[in-house]
Amino acid sequence: MAKKYIGIDIGSTASKVCVLEEGSDPVYEVLPTGWNSKITAGIIKDDLVKRYGDIDDADIIATGYGRISVEYADSVVTEITCHGRGGYEMIGRDCTIIDIGGQDTKYINVKNGRPIDFLMNDKCAAGTGKFIEVMANRLGLTIEELFELAEIGKPISISSLCTVFAESEVINYMGEGRSREDLAAGVIDSVALKVATLVQRKELQDTIIITGGFSNNEFFASLLSKKLGKKALAMPDGRYAGAFGAALLARERSKKA
Amino acid sequence: MADNQKMWADLGMNLELHDMLCEVLPGAIGDVFMSQENRPEAMDYFDMVLADVHGLRPSELVEFRKNGGKVFGTFCAYVPDEVIFAAGGIATGLCAGSQFWVPGGERYLPANTCPLIKAMLGARFDRTCPFYRLADIYIGENTCDGKKKAYEILGTDVPMHIMDLPQMKRDKDYLKWADEIKDLIKVVEETTGNKVTAEALAENIKKINAKRAALQRLYSLRWKENVPISGTDVLLISQIAYYDDPERFAAMVNKLCDELEKRVADGVNLAAGKKRILISGTPMAIPNWKLHNLVETSGGIVVCEETCTGTRYFENFVDESGETLDDMVQNIANRYMGINCACFTPNTARFDDVVRLAKDSKADGVIDVNLMFCQTYDIEGRSLEERCKAEGIPFLGIETDYTDNDAQQLKTRIGAFIEMLG
Repeated sequence: MAKKYIGIDIGSTASKVCVLEEGSDPVYEVLPTGWNSKITAGIIKDDLVKRYGDIDDADIIATGYGRISVEYADSVVTEITCHGRGGYEMIGRDCTIIDIGGQDTKYINVKNGRPIDFLMNDKCAAGTGKFIEVMANRLGLTIEELFELAEIGKPISISSLCTVFAESEVINYMGEGRSREDLAAGVIDSVALKVATLVQRKELQDTIIITGGFSNNEFFASLLSKKLGKKALAMPDGRYAGAFGAALLARERSKKA
Repeated sequence: MADNQKMWADLGMNLELHDMLCEVLPGAIGDVFMSQENRPEAMDYFDMVLADVHGLRPSELVEFRKNGGKVFGTFCAYVPDEVIFAAGGIATGLCAGSQFWVPGGERYLPANTCPLIKAMLGARFDRTCPFYRLADIYIGENTCDGKKKAYEILGTDVPMHIMDLPQMKRDKDYLKWADEIKDLIKVVEETTGNKVTAEALAENIKKINAKRAALQRLYSLRWKENVPISGTDVLLISQIAYYDDPERFAAMVNKLCDELEKRVADGVNLAAGKKRILISGTPMAIPNWKLHNLVETSGGIVVCEETCTGTRYFENFVDESGETLDDMVQNIANRYMGINCACFTPNTARFDDVVRLAKDSKADGVIDVNLMFCQTYDIEGRSLEERCKAEGIPFLGIETDYTDNDAQQLKTRIGAFIEMLG
């Protein structure tokens, strides 16, 4: 059996797994992180054993906010390094990566295949997946529905920087009887604006890719591109960039050793 | 410790509240200091001072005051200790580095004030720090708007003298700062009842210079290829520098340096397999060891601090050749005006300092750490980043406070930065 390299990315909202085997395409899995990263790590292990039998010989790197909970991992690497590595491999050239995660939005600048600079949003949740989740709940929509409605709405400006205050702002607009599509459009527009404002403090290369939970959404990519004044590419497997990067790093380290 | 309780009661402290502070300290010391491996033996002295931080030095100050001595509380690296000691007074730094004091300060200050200033007011008004009780007068300075206005509130509870620090570095500003030092001399003379003579000032210029020399020696040792001491330990020493007896402190630092020289020669190297980090930015008052602890448990070692609890405190000597009182005061002014704080404009000399220190300390990268709501350092951070990048020095900017609620995010950022350097 070929040697396996496994990347496990325990995010705040979703956990992603990537299995690399010589001669095959990467295999991806995703599951909700739930309330306990250790339990999630256990579920992932059981699932891997079920699919592949023994994984004792596999090289495993854990990343993401719950990385220390993956006790069977050989090592841990931060999600910034992993997203940088995975994103670079997916697009195949130097790039600027914008990763929109459940609780963090990250800017990672990759040159000569290596992250050379990064930026993360501060403690505030504005411009993250959490913000979209909170607003979708408030509007009684799933996240997918929120994006669909946003495409047909005319964005209402949501100016608050704080998720809690922004929610109050949305409630005020709901009280005024504004339409759900306009509110949905406002929510997505505000996330794109906040992400653009964050990353514009830094150098943007000609190739910009989006990773994280909404990375496959063309509508969001085009909206973000407009705000940036530069093309940001949607990535179909972008949510797995961290797990993919972790698996690639596991393979590189094993070859070095 | 029973003696301490009596001393604290005599100082009018809030014992119940203060006990809560005392309870958390041993755990914090264990986590941050004792968990480190291969520490120099001569850290014993500094560990002892820290373990009894509210007992040892305060009891000396109590004795000093019993004999009519006056204690001057200070907050800033710009306040010249020389003139205070020359009048037979004692200068002591009033640290404000704990989250414990922040809620107390928030009763008097807007929430979006820097934690150092909030802690300063909390420590005074909650009566939970013996140093704040022991100082007969506080010497403030207008190094930022937050401090400037907070001193007005502090002044309702304790005598205060404010020094008007120039915010530019033209020739006339150097003269102006000398004038301010002359005003301070009047204040210390009135407070102590002693004259600041040329002889006493000359002697104390030498005394404080000797302390600077000891700290410079310590830093030059950690800049070696083999790093013989952790950054966390050096930070503690820099913090203690503000309030310990200057002569004893210098002797203890020199004793430690003797041991460190041996360790370097013996090949002890705490930096093996680690990335060397220079920390720049705002002061880290005791017991704020947050960033050093995060860096040094994430694959890094701190080899330099370009902060007020670092190089800004001890770089450059006061010229000892002055003969008249006026000459000496101007020499003191010139030395202190050489400190590069973000309250000055322009402040590009600070960027030069960071670049020079990064080279001298062989740093792999710079982490610029600013206390939340410190506007001057925060705004300046962007220009510092540009300068570092132009010089090819990797740079990470961090804004944080005294709480632990961002510890995980910071661990990710610092960890990623160190991976990036690898």
